[in-house]
Amino acid sequence: MARVAPELQYSDEHEWVARDSGNAGSNIVSIGISAVATDALGDIVYVDLPEVGAMVTAGETCGEVESTKSVSDLYAPVTGEVTETNPAVVEDPALINSDPYGAGWLFKVAAESEGPLLSAQEYASKNGGEL
Amino acid sequence: MTENYTALYEEHKKLGASFTDFGGWQMPLKYSSELAEHHAVRKSAGLYDLSHMGEVWVTGPDAAAFLDYALVGKISAMAVGKAKYSLICNEDGGIIDDLITYRRGDQQFLVVPNAGNAKVVAAAMAERAGSGKEGGFDVTVEDASARTSLIAVQGPKAQEILLRLVPAVQHELVTGLKYYAAVDVPFMFGGTSQGLLLARTGYTGEDGFEIFVANDDAAALWQALVAIAEDGELTPAGLASRDSLRLEAGMPLYGNELSLDGDPFAAGLGPVVALSKEGDFVGKAALAAKKEAGAGTTTGRKLVGLRGLGRRAGRGHYPVLKDGNTVGEVTSGQPSPTLGYPVAMAYVDVEFTEPGTALDIDLRGKAEPFEVVALPFYKRQK
Repeated sequence: MARVAPELQYSDEHEWVARDSGNAGSNIVSIGISAVATDALGDIVYVDLPEVGAMVTAGETCGEVESTKSVSDLYAPVTGEVTETNPAVVEDPALINSDPYGAGWLFKVAAESEGPLLSAQEYASKNGGEL
Repeated sequence: MTENYTALYEEHKKLGASFTDFGGWQMPLKYSSELAEHHAVRKSAGLYDLSHMGEVWVTGPDAAAFLDYALVGKISAMAVGKAKYSLICNEDGGIIDDLITYRRGDQQFLVVPNAGNAKVVAAAMAERAGSGKEGGFDVTVEDASARTSLIAVQGPKAQEILLRLVPAVQHELVTGLKYYAAVDVPFMFGGTSQGLLLARTGYTGEDGFEIFVANDDAAALWQALVAIAEDGELTPAGLASRDSLRLEAGMPLYGNELSLDGDPFAAGLGPVVALSKEGDFVGKAALAAKKEAGAGTTTGRKLVGLRGLGRRAGRGHYPVLKDGNTVGEVTSGQPSPTLGYPVAMAYVDVEFTEPGTALDIDLRGKAEPFEVVALPFYKRQK
């Protein structure tokens, strides 16, 4: 069963959100997609990320993730300006499959507000993941 | 809407398969990574459960003449032991299914249709046996699909893997077997030896074999192959990799490239239609007219291969564009794991089908550049 990282929060569209734990005052969050999503998608071969400086809005699409079998929209789980994207996953999208909560992170946002987010426990029980 | 499970369903669960519904069957989509399974077939060997495919036996004194009537190919010209790719069409020349026929004796043939079409094909053949000739053909059409399993081993190492289950004195039966031929071979598995029909056929573009086995014995044969797989040269593989492999090999999939509304000539399957064979066959008049009209002109389009110049893949039903105007539609498409660029098959207006023609695929609103190329995309080194 797909692993759900316990320290993260999740959107209904399978994005995870991580706060910068080393910097309590920062509103910068890292965003990726869950192992539940990567298992369902299959091997990811292409990712289209929002550009640095772009504004994303919680609940709206901000990119695409393409696997061997299908294309899925990437939804922003928070609202704010994109501050950084992960060049490693653009170069090697397989990282998203192999390490979805680590090296496979997608982009960072200076969050002004959040969409509805689930705890790891809630997300796992709703989507059949394993903490 | 899955109604059917193969005799190997529990084996797939043991191996941790992800399942998908295909043609009304619950089938393994992949066991771990579909890309790894794809590469395993190209470089070593993959193990497939194809028990969803149909098996229809046609036997009797009129068997060859009947199949000449029921299918578009000249089946009577086949030598015993050979296999042949053919189509079963309706009176309008529409494609009911594409299938492989194995000649097992002068009066004995095994016809293998696709999973989702097996019942329709068996019914059409039974109907044609009665109606195709004054007094009917002297044949028996028996749908053995429900009791027959089919296991495939595909890839450059398929032969050496299978030989591990065959007594040494019988190895020549396997090593001497030609592509598109079949033979009865004694296999050792489950603590016994059993004669099984072994065919050198496949749907991956690699060398490979398909083994017909009774449902009751399928799990034991599968387990013997899985035991070999533990050595690492054989990888259990699901339908996701089978689809990407067949696409690279330029092989059509019924429901994507072939359909009742389709046309064998537009699909590039003209050589399969034996208009010159003696006697009538179902669809002959309509197919002769289509051929006369020229490939593709009944639909105005022909099947082509498209190679992506960027990284994005076209998918089924995406529009194909020329200067912003729709000139075709993708039937199958995805990133090619072997070649490293996107590939697609598409029906395109005849005037844009020359290799080298620059076209775009409409990727959800973005025009992505592709180029017409000759099929297949991938051909194995022999």
